[in-house]
Amino acid sequence: MKRTTRTRLTRGILYAVLLGLVVAAGGAADWAAIRENFFDTEVMRQLWPDIVTVAAKNTLIYTILAFSGGLALSLLLALMKLSPVAPYRWIATAYIEFFRGLPALLVIILFAFAVPIAFGWIPPGGTIGAGVLALVVVSAAYLAETVRAGIQAVPKGQVEAARSLGMNGTWTMVSVVLPQALRIVIPPLTNEFVLLLKDSSLLAIIGASASERELTTFSRDSLTSLSNGTPLIAAAIMYLIITLPLTRVVARLERRTLRSR
Amino acid sequence: MTTSQMTTSEPAIEVHNLYKAFGDNEVLKGIDFDVNPGQVVCVIGPSGSGKSTLLRCVNRLEEPTSGQIVIEGIDITDPETDIDEVRSRIGMVFQQFNLFPHLNVLRNLTIAQQRVKRRGKDEAIDIARKNLEKVGLADREDAYPAHLSGGQQQRVAIARALSMDPDMMLFDEPTSALDPELVGDVLEVMKQLATEGMTMMVVTHEMGFAREVGDRLVFMDDGVIVEDGDPKEVLGNPQQERTQLFLSKVL
Repeated sequence: MKRTTRTRLTRGILYAVLLGLVVAAGGAADWAAIRENFFDTEVMRQLWPDIVTVAAKNTLIYTILAFSGGLALSLLLALMKLSPVAPYRWIATAYIEFFRGLPALLVIILFAFAVPIAFGWIPPGGTIGAGVLALVVVSAAYLAETVRAGIQAVPKGQVEAARSLGMNGTWTMVSVVLPQALRIVIPPLTNEFVLLLKDSSLLAIIGASASERELTTFSRDSLTSLSNGTPLIAAAIMYLIITLPLTRVVARLERRTLRSR
Repeated sequence: MTTSQMTTSEPAIEVHNLYKAFGDNEVLKGIDFDVNPGQVVCVIGPSGSGKSTLLRCVNRLEEPTSGQIVIEGIDITDPETDIDEVRSRIGMVFQQFNLFPHLNVLRNLTIAQQRVKRRGKDEAIDIARKNLEKVGLADREDAYPAHLSGGQQQRVAIARALSMDPDMMLFDEPTSALDPELVGDVLEVMKQLATEGMTMMVVTHEMGFAREVGDRLVFMDDGVIVEDGDPKEVLGNPQQERTQLFLSKVL
């Protein structure tokens, strides 16, 4: 048998197996039940427009708040981690290891329920505010490592050039290193944003008023009240509408960085 | 000895008994050396001889292990010295140019003027344009470094250093990263600076430049200064065996 014939035959078998599996799965599935329970147009209509104007909007607001807060805190942590003063490094390392080692869900519950009791302090925004704060604290731990890597990726010659012009350490960091570092980490930061957007669904563990609900809380509540799985599919579509373009953007940015090197 | 003006004032750069080690690796083993105002001193030597390290110690980009470095009478090895202030009077040009890639040419030249010299924006821009003209790149002030050739980048780097009105300039193999056809433009700018009386310390492999422009030539090998004298003497009639060996390989 010729090599090309053999390749063609193997490929043919692979397609046949795939087709068989699809047909088998399609035959076994109860299409009527699936349509009724997950793709009910009447239920879809009931979810509209709140799923966009309340749920998706809140998901985005919580994510953006948590991300900007987390980014600011992570910058501080990254600078501490690179500090010549050892205790700052220890604190930053301890913080990062601690919050990366914990499940985000646990931290959210801690912030929403335990912290107010322990400290008699209710964060702005109430329980949901506490949940978002927990996301800030957790995402900062992840972002800090990314930001630190970005800072260290700026060539040493840049610092030397700035210092040899007489700029002090702070000016060098602010006007030479950080602008370049942030450019380097835009693709990984966008990735972190997508991860955080999905993690905002963990806020569903917290009770929220109707106007505070994000996508997952909204769809779970609708699932209960309507006794139908369609809200889950609707929420999934909303998440994908937001995340898919972002991951495309990351892919584009990464290709561009590769080219410019 | 020296061809340029020998003033009676204190030396621009004085180095006393300088040692520098990276871990167990001793790179400088007791350097004594000085540069007078207006002098152009070229430093040559095989790679690993410590010439770049010596240059980088002069503005304390490298921390000396021991010894003393005095710039215009100020001991910069004294931890009390405001090193940033001294550095703003020493221009430095790197082998890899090290322009700021996120800033355009003009901003590369103004940023330190504004941040360090506290000059107003308009004044900084005027000075920057004057220096860009001097290096022949007045028309490229809006370009970003990535869009310039290596030779242009290095000339911008020289203009950036000059914009701080330095009393002296340090060059760390300024033409080693350039394509051969671009070396000339950079050397031309450096030559012009030398003619204007700038104090210069140049680590280089350009023997032609050293011979033509240099007032003094220092040959370093294995962390010590082996020979130090008139460039034509050192190149034409080296006294030390190590100098002869090195020159026989590069000339």
